[in-house]
Amino acid sequence: MKRVALVGMPNTGKSTLFNRITGGNARVANWPGLTVELASHRVLLGGSMVQLVDLPGIYDLTGGAEDEQVAQRFLAETELDAVLLVLNATQLDRQLALALQLKSVGARLIVALNMADEAKRGGFDIDTDALGEALGSPVLKISAKYGHGVDGLKALLATSLSQKPARLDFARLRPAEASRDAEAALYAQAVHRPPTLPPGPTQKLDGWLLHPLAGLPLFVVMMAMLFQLTYAIGTPLQDGFEALLGSVKDAWLVPLTGGLPEFLSGLILSGVWDGVTTVLTFAPLIFVFFCLMAVIEDSGYFARAAFMMDGIMARVGLDGRGFVMLMMGFGCNVPALMGTRVIRDHKARLLTMLTIPFSLCSARLQIFLFFAGALFGPRQAPWVLLSLYFASIFIALGTAFLFRKRFASREPFALELPPYRLPVMKYVVFRGWNECKSFLKLATTMIVIGVVAVWLLTNYPNPQHSYAEVIANFFQPLLSPIGIQAELSIALLFGFVAKEVVLGALAVIVGADGAQLATHLAQTLDPVSAYSFMLFALTYVPCVATIAAMKKESKSTAFTAFSVVWSLVLAWVLSFVFYQGARALGF
Amino acid sequence: MILKLAQLQVQRPARVKAVGTSAELAQRLAALGLRPGREVEVVRRGWLGGPLQLKVGGTEFMLRRVEAALIEVVEPAVAPATPSHASGVAA
Repeated sequence: MKRVALVGMPNTGKSTLFNRITGGNARVANWPGLTVELASHRVLLGGSMVQLVDLPGIYDLTGGAEDEQVAQRFLAETELDAVLLVLNATQLDRQLALALQLKSVGARLIVALNMADEAKRGGFDIDTDALGEALGSPVLKISAKYGHGVDGLKALLATSLSQKPARLDFARLRPAEASRDAEAALYAQAVHRPPTLPPGPTQKLDGWLLHPLAGLPLFVVMMAMLFQLTYAIGTPLQDGFEALLGSVKDAWLVPLTGGLPEFLSGLILSGVWDGVTTVLTFAPLIFVFFCLMAVIEDSGYFARAAFMMDGIMARVGLDGRGFVMLMMGFGCNVPALMGTRVIRDHKARLLTMLTIPFSLCSARLQIFLFFAGALFGPRQAPWVLLSLYFASIFIALGTAFLFRKRFASREPFALELPPYRLPVMKYVVFRGWNECKSFLKLATTMIVIGVVAVWLLTNYPNPQHSYAEVIANFFQPLLSPIGIQAELSIALLFGFVAKEVVLGALAVIVGADGAQLATHLAQTLDPVSAYSFMLFALTYVPCVATIAAMKKESKSTAFTAFSVVWSLVLAWVLSFVFYQGARALGF
Repeated sequence: MILKLAQLQVQRPARVKAVGTSAELAQRLAALGLRPGREVEVVRRGWLGGPLQLKVGGTEFMLRRVEAALIEVVEPAVAPATPSHASGVAA
């Protein structure tokens, strides 16, 4: 099979183009270095099957970051039929050197000038023929985001594949500096732009969003709006879905299981069905939340958040990127842990990794949505939620601050601020749906197993004296000082595996789902003990998958164990201080 | 007038004279466009001692003040909008 490598600097829209060509779904965001692993996809080009490999972004062929090395190693060791080089058409003044460098190692290049739409708006006049002639390779203007020129590029790719795959000759590699003069000359020859331009929309927006005084309040307002909107759009959807599932249970499931032995019908109705549907009703909320998150991600605001927070992050021993990783962790901690690969300094990377498990991920969000909804009014609930996000950030930064000396880094920090871009609706919905899908996948496997185990534990040897009770009693001396009662402690125990199981487990333990479960919680808990529970659930080990990712990324069992123990101790101490403090103050 | 990039006034383009950072950072900066001969502008300074937002050609990026203090720039004596002769790049 033919093989083509997709190469480009970070944030040139490589992954968007990859998705365009292959119809695949590599995650994209307006944030440099999102692709940290090789993604490959087979695609039919002009009658032959071609494997297209999307490499992490590289600034040049000699850079030292781990993600850059992944790309270099692949380019040095793999036989290739062509290299599809993506350049940002608005940044050719510094990106042509990569083309020259690849040329010098003998790459068979096809050059795509991406973001041609932005370049046109920015007043760039690019002579592709002159570029093509100078580089000895075809050069094409495209817009991967809107699909302009992509068909032409595919056709070109099909005709440009070599007859015999070859390895790049890295022995001939010259440092990027060697091509700087040639780059400047080529740029002067092929690209023209009026010398002065009025400030564009990005500059105007930045004037507000990066304003020293208005910037941070605007960030908080934006996050608050995110939750308000999630509630406003998601909750009616959730209620409707819940009603639908309830009528399915009454109309079909109850009569269907009527003839089964009591044990089986109990397992199916109050075990699997109640547990799983309680979790399933969150699918609409997850969808809405991630659609909105994708809008923020695609807009390029993440890099601005890194800029604004770097002053604070530097004081706790991290940098602005660490803050963005935390925000990515709001989705799922696992990709955020992988995202730390863009940090070169090993210690800085470890310190960032240590903070990520405290990032309030979507699985924990569900628990908090449910508890906030059950114990606080619809006016307070979004604020409770926002406070938990701030607690999450505060705990993460506090952890970094405590350990900053042990993981001191001197890595310099230079990060691109891409222009703001309008999100494409299709990708926004796509992202929401993907998160929803992986959530549903988990709901139908892990959660089913979890709730069945919980049901068995709570019903054996008999519901009055079950194993669950034995376990709960065992942990009671530890958990009652922080206001967590027996039935919640079993749910927390299962939450160790995955936070998605917690609500399902709770539904099974209580023997009620949805609105009934909420009523039950409102009767047995008060806001203080509920918040203490949420604080604990926020802080202690997120899930097995996060532990595994931590182990894989840090390559250290000791470090991983340290992270787990630290989060458990911290969770208990925080909840203890909060719960006892609030009680002492008379709440 | 020669001064450090960290001291450069906001929105007063200047020409890069020397990059005295570690070789590794110098390489990254060069890839971002910041290298001797190019015109650089401090768009704004981050609050709480945060980084500088720099603009070189079509690229904007952030750099901390510590590192910006290691970069020498020459401020044009007269109007800042003179076209480049060294690199042939009109920013």
